[in-house]
Amino acid sequence: MAKKFELNEVEVWDGNYATSQALRQAQVDVVAAYPITPSTPIVEGYGAYKANGYVDGEFVMVESEHGAMSGCVGAAAAGGRVATATSSQGFALMTEVLYQASGMRLPIVLCVVNRSLASPLNVRGDHSDMYLGRDSGWINIDAFNAQEAYDLPLCAFKIGEHLDVRLPVMVHQDGFTTSHKAQNVRPLQDEVAYKFVGDYVPVDDMLDFSRPVTHGAQTEEDWHFEHKAKQHKALMDSTKVIDEVFKKFKDLTGREYKRVETYYMDDAEVAIVALGSSVETATLAAKQLREEEGIKAGVVAPRVFRPFPYDLIRDALDKESLKAVCCMDKSAPGGAMGALFNEVSAAAYTTQSRPMITNYIYGLGGRDFSIDEAKRIFKEQKAHADAGHITTPIQQFSGVRGPKLGFFETKRGN
Amino acid sequence: MAITNIKNLKEFSTANERFEGAHLLCPGCAHSMIVRELMNATDDNLVIASNTGCLEVSTAVYPYTSWDTSWIHIGFENAATAASCAESMYKARKRKGTLPDPDAPVKFVAFGGDGSTYDIGFQWLSGAMERGHDFTYICLDNENYANTGGQRSSSTPIGAHTSTAQAGSESYGKTQRKKDMVAIMAAHGAPYVAQLSPNKWKIMAKGFQKALETEGPCFINTVSPCTTEWKFDPKDTIHLADLATDTLMFPVYEIINGTELNILYRPKNVIPVEEYLAAQGRYKHLFKPENKHVIERIQKDIDAKWEYLQRREEARV
Repeated sequence: MAKKFELNEVEVWDGNYATSQALRQAQVDVVAAYPITPSTPIVEGYGAYKANGYVDGEFVMVESEHGAMSGCVGAAAAGGRVATATSSQGFALMTEVLYQASGMRLPIVLCVVNRSLASPLNVRGDHSDMYLGRDSGWINIDAFNAQEAYDLPLCAFKIGEHLDVRLPVMVHQDGFTTSHKAQNVRPLQDEVAYKFVGDYVPVDDMLDFSRPVTHGAQTEEDWHFEHKAKQHKALMDSTKVIDEVFKKFKDLTGREYKRVETYYMDDAEVAIVALGSSVETATLAAKQLREEEGIKAGVVAPRVFRPFPYDLIRDALDKESLKAVCCMDKSAPGGAMGALFNEVSAAAYTTQSRPMITNYIYGLGGRDFSIDEAKRIFKEQKAHADAGHITTPIQQFSGVRGPKLGFFETKRGN
Repeated sequence: MAITNIKNLKEFSTANERFEGAHLLCPGCAHSMIVRELMNATDDNLVIASNTGCLEVSTAVYPYTSWDTSWIHIGFENAATAASCAESMYKARKRKGTLPDPDAPVKFVAFGGDGSTYDIGFQWLSGAMERGHDFTYICLDNENYANTGGQRSSSTPIGAHTSTAQAGSESYGKTQRKKDMVAIMAAHGAPYVAQLSPNKWKIMAKGFQKALETEGPCFINTVSPCTTEWKFDPKDTIHLADLATDTLMFPVYEIINGTELNILYRPKNVIPVEEYLAAQGRYKHLFKPENKHVIERIQKDIDAKWEYLQRREEARV
C-alpha cells in the first residue's frame, strides 16, 4: 500500500505540482513519461512520490515522448489506469500515437502544459500544441489556474474511463502562467479523491487470458469509416458524461465546472472568447470596464475544447444584447482564421442574433496578455457594435511589433 | 499443450495453435514458421506486440485475427514499448492485486521486421532494452521493407538489389553493409541475445525457450527468407535458410550477458557464398563480370565474421 500523503486544507501549489498530486491520488498504475519544459515538474513530482513510497504504480522513464505515449497505449491495453504529461515538441512527437490511442479507445489521461511549437524554438506558453492535437480524437479539457489543474485531471480519469465513453482525455494548462505560478489550492484528502475517481474498470484486458483480445487491428475501405464514425459519435456523446462528472465534482467540492464557462454574459453587448489563463485576464478586464466605463463586456470560455461545445457556445451567444464578439487564438493560424474563431463562428451562425465576430491572434511564444490589452479589444468590439458593422479586418494580431496586420474583410453591414 | 520439446516435425506440425493458419502472409513466407515456433515454445500465456509490417498486416485485418492470445499493434516503431509497458502494467497490477488471474504465468513478446527493428523502431527497442523489462524481442529479418514492396533497409546486405537501392548500369545494388544488430543488442547488456534460423528448428525452439525463461530483456534475430523480394520459388524457403546458415551468411549463435558467445551451429561443409547468392533473383546482377568483386567482398566479410565469432567464443569475453 502506498503511504498516505498528509495535505492541508489549503496548499500553495503551482499548476504542475497540483497536477502531479492529482495523478498520485488517482493511484495511476503506469506513468510512462519523458520530461519537457514546462511540464517537467509533473513528471519529477511523480518521480518523488514513487521514490518515497507514495505511489504503488510503475513509473517508466522512456526514451522519448513518442515512447511515452506508446508505453501508455501498451499499458492501458493491459487493463489499468495510465497517465502522462508533456508540452510542445514532446506533444508534437507524440502526435502519431495520440491518434492511435483514441482509435484504440484507451482512456489515457495526458496532462498538457501548453507551450509554443518551434521554429523559432521557444519554451513559453501558447496554444500551438493544444491546436496540433485538436483533431486527434481526444477529449480536451482546459484548466485556467492551479486549482483547476488539480481538479480537472481527477475529473478526466472519471470521464475517460466511463464505460459509455472509453476515450483518452487531455487536460491543458498554460505553460508557466499556470504551471509555474503558485496559488492557493484546496486539495481533497487522498481517500476522498480516490473514491471520487473510482477503481479502474478494465475493458478488453490483455491480461485477462480467459478472453484473448486483438488490439490495433487493421481496417481498409471496407471498415475504417465505420470505426471512425463510431469513434466520433462516442466523442460527441461524451458531453453527457462530462456534465455528469462535473456535477458529481460540484456535489463533492462545491467547485462548479461547465463545458462552457461564461462571465458577465447576461446583458453583455461585447464579448471575448478565449482559452486558458487569458480567461481570467479578460474577465478582470470586463469587470473593470463595466465599473469604470459602463461597457457591458462579458467573457465566454470553452472549458471543454473537444468535443467542441457548439450547443453551449450557441446558447451563450444567442442574446439580443450581444453585438460583437472577439475570438482570441493563442496559436499561429498558419494561413487561416484561428481555430477558436472558426468553431465559434460555426456555432454563432446558428443563433437568431448572429453577432459580429472577429479574430485576434495574440500571446504567441508567451507574449504577455494584459488587462489593458483585453480592455482595448473589448473597446474595439464596442466600436463595431456602435457602428453596426465590423470596422477592422476580421483577423488581426495583438501585441506584435511591426506594421499592423489584418486579414479578410466582411461584406456584412457597411 | 504447446510442444516445448520438439522431437519430430510431424508432432510439431499438429501442435496446439495459438497462431491460426488462416492469415495473409505470402505462400512460402518464413514469418509464420518462426511465429508458430515461438508460440509453441511455451505453455505460458502470451502478450504479444507487433510492429507494423508484413506480420501485422497479414494477421489482424478486421474483423479477423490470427492471434488466439493477447495481441497489440500500435505503430511501425513501438512494439517494444507496447510489450515492455504492458509488462510494467502487469507488475503494477500484480502488486496491487487487480489481475484477473494473479497466478497465471505470462510472457511478453514483441515482433518486428528488420525495417522496424534495424531502422524506424531502433530507438524504441534500444530504450526498452536499456530499461530492463522482462520481455523478448524477436526480429523477423528478411533484409528489406517487404511489406511496402521491397525497399532497402539497414539490414539489406551489400550487393542486394532493392527498389530503392537498385542494380543498374551504374550500380551493383546496395553499397552499404548490413548493420550488426545482434552485436548492438548484446552491447545493451541484454542477458540473452541470439541469431537463429528456421531451418535449424530444434536450435530455434531452444533459443526461444531460453529467451522466454531468462529474466530481463532478450533479443533474437531470426532469418526469414522472403520468397517475394529475395525472388525464389515459395517451396524453397527452408532450402534458402539452409544455404544462409551453411554459407555462414547467417551464422547461428547466442551471446549471454553480453560476453559469453556460443556458436550454436557449425556447418560440416561450409558452402561458398556464390551458391546462396545464385539461388536468389536479388543477387542476379552480381554474376556479371563487372560485379565479381562484390561477391568476393561478401565472401571476405563472411570469413572475417566467422573468424571473429570463433575467437569471441574461445576468448569468453
